[in-house]
Amino acid sequence: MANSKVSQDTGDLKLDRVSKHYGDFCAVDDLSLVVPDGSFFALLGPSGCGKTTTLRMVAGLEEPSAGTISIGDTDITTQKSYRRNVNTVFQNYALFPHLTIFENIAFGLRRRGLKDVKTEVENALNLVEMGHLAQRKPNQLSGGQQQRIAVARAIVNRPEVLLLDEPLGALDLKLRRQMQIELKRIQTEVGITFIHVTHDQEEAMTMADTIAVMNQGKIEQMGSATELYEAPKTAFVANFLGQCNLIKGKVTNRANGKAVVSAKGHTFEVPLSRVATDNDSVFVGVRPEKLRLDDNGINSIKDCVVIDRSFVGTSTQYLVKAPWDLDLVVFEQNDEGLHDLRVGDKVSLEWDAEHTFALDGAQDINAGSDLDDEE
Amino acid sequence: MTKVAAPRPSLSHRASRWFSRNLIRIYAGVAFFYLFIPVAYTFAFSFNDAGKSNLVWQGFTLENWKNPCGAPQVCESVVNSLQIGVISTVLATILGTMIAFALGRHKFRGRKTTNLLIFLPMATPEVVLGASLLAMFLNLRINPGFWTVVIAHVMFCISFVVVTVKARIASLDPRLEQAAMDLYANERETFRYVTLPLVMPGIAGAALLAFSLSFDDFIITNFNSGIVSTFPKFVYVSAARGIPAQANVIGSAMFFIALIIVIVGQVVSRQRKKS
Repeated sequence: MANSKVSQDTGDLKLDRVSKHYGDFCAVDDLSLVVPDGSFFALLGPSGCGKTTTLRMVAGLEEPSAGTISIGDTDITTQKSYRRNVNTVFQNYALFPHLTIFENIAFGLRRRGLKDVKTEVENALNLVEMGHLAQRKPNQLSGGQQQRIAVARAIVNRPEVLLLDEPLGALDLKLRRQMQIELKRIQTEVGITFIHVTHDQEEAMTMADTIAVMNQGKIEQMGSATELYEAPKTAFVANFLGQCNLIKGKVTNRANGKAVVSAKGHTFEVPLSRVATDNDSVFVGVRPEKLRLDDNGINSIKDCVVIDRSFVGTSTQYLVKAPWDLDLVVFEQNDEGLHDLRVGDKVSLEWDAEHTFALDGAQDINAGSDLDDEE
Repeated sequence: MTKVAAPRPSLSHRASRWFSRNLIRIYAGVAFFYLFIPVAYTFAFSFNDAGKSNLVWQGFTLENWKNPCGAPQVCESVVNSLQIGVISTVLATILGTMIAFALGRHKFRGRKTTNLLIFLPMATPEVVLGASLLAMFLNLRINPGFWTVVIAHVMFCISFVVVTVKARIASLDPRLEQAAMDLYANERETFRYVTLPLVMPGIAGAALLAFSLSFDDFIITNFNSGIVSTFPKFVYVSAARGIPAQANVIGSAMFFIALIIVIVGQVVSRQRKKS
């Protein structure tokens, strides 16, 4: 009956200068974003960064304080959530406890007055490989099963955009890995735009085509997992995605496609394309696995001391102290060239210019570094 | 007990160990005995070949059970009680549920005061309520009777309904309603297909409570019923002349009907869980 009232537009999801205030607190701050039709998009950030609020505004469960949200050419900013062709997989799933699995999945179809509910529901159940559970109640299912049902209940409606709010947060690690692959498969199969909200950087990097890293209501940086990891533009992104070594220094020269940065008597070369600021005060950044325990590279630090060492299977992780107040993390692959250093050993570090990046030195050097473990 | 080296513990020791292990069971047994002795007494005396007064055991008979309406007016009063109970329950449950939703779901001016006022009838002594209601009816020149009892019962049942239903609403996960809206259910459909079914157990519990309060009430009823007799009033009035054994029959029957309902409910819910 409500079928005709649900908007049927297809196209990119656009958020244009969207803000959300709760009293004095600004949850989402002037956010603009385009999610291409059919892509797997991740909103990544620590809790309280505004990612869930953003998702709820797209779902129609919150109204933006300012800005517009549209799908294709249709403005949906003030549209009721039941009029939007958008469905949500809720955190902790929110399955209806009084209905069977079949009726849970059929709920959206019945409300829209569609015919052939049975076939549609069965197809959705088969897509998540849960066909045998149709007549159970949600509380008779395990967490992983409930998760799949929540996905089926949303996807059966063939929404223009599927929103996933920390969908794997309640699952244990092994099941989470399995569901990551599963969700990716489903997305490829149905070709619907997925927007996945998560605080788990590994989850975002594994699944999403594009990741937007959010912090304090704003998008810090947006790009593919590789772009964000290899060429972060802010200290927050550098620290939040994996581990990172940041060295405070000053740009002394910009010429011939490279910048020269000096720090405590050392000079480091950075390709100009990888310098994210015009400021002369910078952080020189390099990922731990890019560092080598040698001393003939373009960028090197001599006279370092190993202060900690841990063997983690595929690699050995060293904590190395530079000749000044700076600790560096080094991952060495466990293969033939292994150095097998001990705590107290003297060592030199080197790395390639093309693995180096430079960030604005006016930021907090630790931004985003202690946040990735929270639930 | 002179042989200390005996391999088995002494009798008194074993007895005290048995006692301490079964203490909870003994305590439960005593408590249930205490709770059910009046019921057992009522049941037993429903078989008394009583004649006028049912206070002394005169001999066994099935006559009372074969003819429960045998005593004058007893069945008339039961029918009155059932009618008043059903009408009051329906009205109090509908009104109370609506108040509970308003209090549990919406913010409005005077919500806190309303919350407090809802508790007042429960805290006020029944004698006072009964007497003031009668005064009110007389001032309004309404003759006490069937409908004044209904009005009085609805009034004191509402509070209990509100409290019961509100507790259920408070425990409802708001995300379920959001999920329904997300799945194309408008406000009315969300209420009908998600909210109401989930609150239903609370409403049903409230209705049962309201019915038993209404059926049971004597004090307020006695003030406001005029010449209409309810079952509790009948028992009270006939106590002066000797309660007929038929009252015991009806009381026992009520108890067993309630017991059967509870057992059936348990069995049904257990089977539902199994399947």
